[in-house]
Amino acid sequence: MNSTIYLDNNATTRVAPEVVEVMQPYFSELYGNPSSMHTFGGQVGEALVAARAKIAHLLGADPDELIFTSCGTESDSTAILSAIRANPDKRHIITTRVEHPAVKNLAENMHAFTGHKYRVTQLSVDSQGMLDLDEYEKAFCEDTALVSVMWANNETGVIFPVEEMAMIAKARGVLFHTDAVQAVGKIPIDLKKTAINFLSLSGHKLHAPKGIGVLYVRKGTSFSPFLVGGHQERGRRGGTENTASIVALGKACELAATRMTVENTRVKCLRDTLEKGLLAAIPNAFRNGHPEHRLPNTTNISFEYVEGEAILLHLNTVGICASSGSACTSGSLEPSHVMRAMGVPFTAAHGSIRFSLSVYNTEEEVDFVVQQLPPIIAKLRQMSPFWHNRPKSL
Amino acid sequence: MWDYTDKVKEHFLNPRNVGQLDQANAVGEVGSLACGDALKLMLMVDANEVIVDAKFQTFGCASAIASSSALTEMVKGKTLTEAATVTNEDIANYLGGLPKEKMHCSVMGREALEAAIANYRGILLPMAEGEVVCECFGVTDLEVRRAIEESHLRTVEEITNFTKAGGGCGKCHDRLQQLLDTSAKQVKSKIIPLKASRRMTTIQKIKLIEDVFEREVRPTLRKDGGDIELIDVDGNEVIVSLRGACGSCAKSRTTLKEYVEKKLREQVLDTLTVEDDKA
Repeated sequence: MNSTIYLDNNATTRVAPEVVEVMQPYFSELYGNPSSMHTFGGQVGEALVAARAKIAHLLGADPDELIFTSCGTESDSTAILSAIRANPDKRHIITTRVEHPAVKNLAENMHAFTGHKYRVTQLSVDSQGMLDLDEYEKAFCEDTALVSVMWANNETGVIFPVEEMAMIAKARGVLFHTDAVQAVGKIPIDLKKTAINFLSLSGHKLHAPKGIGVLYVRKGTSFSPFLVGGHQERGRRGGTENTASIVALGKACELAATRMTVENTRVKCLRDTLEKGLLAAIPNAFRNGHPEHRLPNTTNISFEYVEGEAILLHLNTVGICASSGSACTSGSLEPSHVMRAMGVPFTAAHGSIRFSLSVYNTEEEVDFVVQQLPPIIAKLRQMSPFWHNRPKSL
Repeated sequence: MWDYTDKVKEHFLNPRNVGQLDQANAVGEVGSLACGDALKLMLMVDANEVIVDAKFQTFGCASAIASSSALTEMVKGKTLTEAATVTNEDIANYLGGLPKEKMHCSVMGREALEAAIANYRGILLPMAEGEVVCECFGVTDLEVRRAIEESHLRTVEEITNFTKAGGGCGKCHDRLQQLLDTSAKQVKSKIIPLKASRRMTTIQKIKLIEDVFEREVRPTLRKDGGDIELIDVDGNEVIVSLRGACGSCAKSRTTLKEYVEKKLREQVLDTLTVEDDKA
């Protein structure tokens, strides 16, 4: 196999070498517990304070508004269940059809966690993956407890107007949560200027290691913990701090702040080169998702009449890592709920491929993909009965 | 990432017999774009019913392509009657096994083969006759029952792995469980001999069985262009061979179990089991 060309950064990212370096001491000499009374543990506590400040800076938040968790999913569950507990008599949740399973599956199964049946309004998206704000405003009910809308979609990269949506929720006295796992580090976020009550982020999506997440809780938002235990995180999340990873996340956020411009210029340019190159070289292919309102690193392209897993495995043999919304890749039998919500026809939904880039990708890598993929698609289409029977008028 | 065997990978990357077979006189098409996989199997059958060439076109994942490739290699040179005995397990075994979630790819291969043979013989496949259980993937109760019996499935999840039924909205899970329960009861009733069993010599059994065949079974089968022959009786196991249209009928196992066996149990001995000589 050739060297790896990693274009699956919405799944997870390479831990930045600078990040690996700063976290090392916390696995060796600096193993103290930040809660300890001695200086040995106390110095670790100081490192956590510094890390928390860096993360707060990237988000435009106050350090006190951050709670360290184990992952994005824990942050989502904590926020949603906390909001529900704060409104014990309300039984309605607004979310979208294209949420990550961390939000979607929880919202759909609230009964199992609260003992009460909840009505869930899942806002629809159009063919470009965009929400309709009129539909959103009409969705509010007397007993709406919470709105949970992702900042950017993991499959298409489409960005939702969460700042505006949070203002609308605030005007109606409804709490607003956003899963910003894909957005943090890729687009500027300034929480002070918004009405967002809860925001979830995950370290491994922005070049920190797996196993560390953050939940932002706006000052003044009532909160009840998900993990109950010691006094860590000021009693809002029990459990000894994951010190090495918190320090790592601090460094990763510091790097992200300095690389935000690169992300939105060089990375975006590479993404566009890749997208244009593939669409020009391969017939019956099209982009999924709005061309402008999306993350600078993500492109999702459907190749009609071929199946995604087959494409991915061929790419794999030449060292290219990507992902697919096809049924076969996930172990489920239906194509991704995002593709279906967007109304992508079956001819294309099974053949959707997501390329997600990072600052570590190069022009040579993008050129290599543009050169390798067309013959793979041609080979699979040659094999596909639908390709031979396709409507020729297209 | 799926745990594919080297043989699956090899057949996926270098599939045998891809393409259009213009001289095909037996064509089977199964699956759809909506389902995420589809297979068109094209066979060229000579006057002696020998499959002299086979080609395929497949839309689907690596294991669907590998299963199709394997199938064409397996059936080439076989007579239609021999080919008709190829099961989905045979296809999976040829490839050194498939991940359990991907067994439906091998089932698709067998279904395409049955469809191609039926197409050659000018028969309408009976699977469509059943009642659709899974709306999402259009799977009938007959297909589910068959998979339960042939592959000894025990859970709804296994049914989904083999037939796709229940893999969409999940509304049919209760119905699938019912089918499992019914089939489990039938298996039980086969194993536990009833108290009223009479003791009979093999010759007595053969005589009575032939009697029932002549009086009831053959007239019914002949209406559909089929026939049945008694091959052997070994203890309580009755070996028969289905002939004519029944020999290639995809529903033949259902015919044997639900009809022939039932008749023999009612009228000869309630511990008899009927098996196809090809099984």
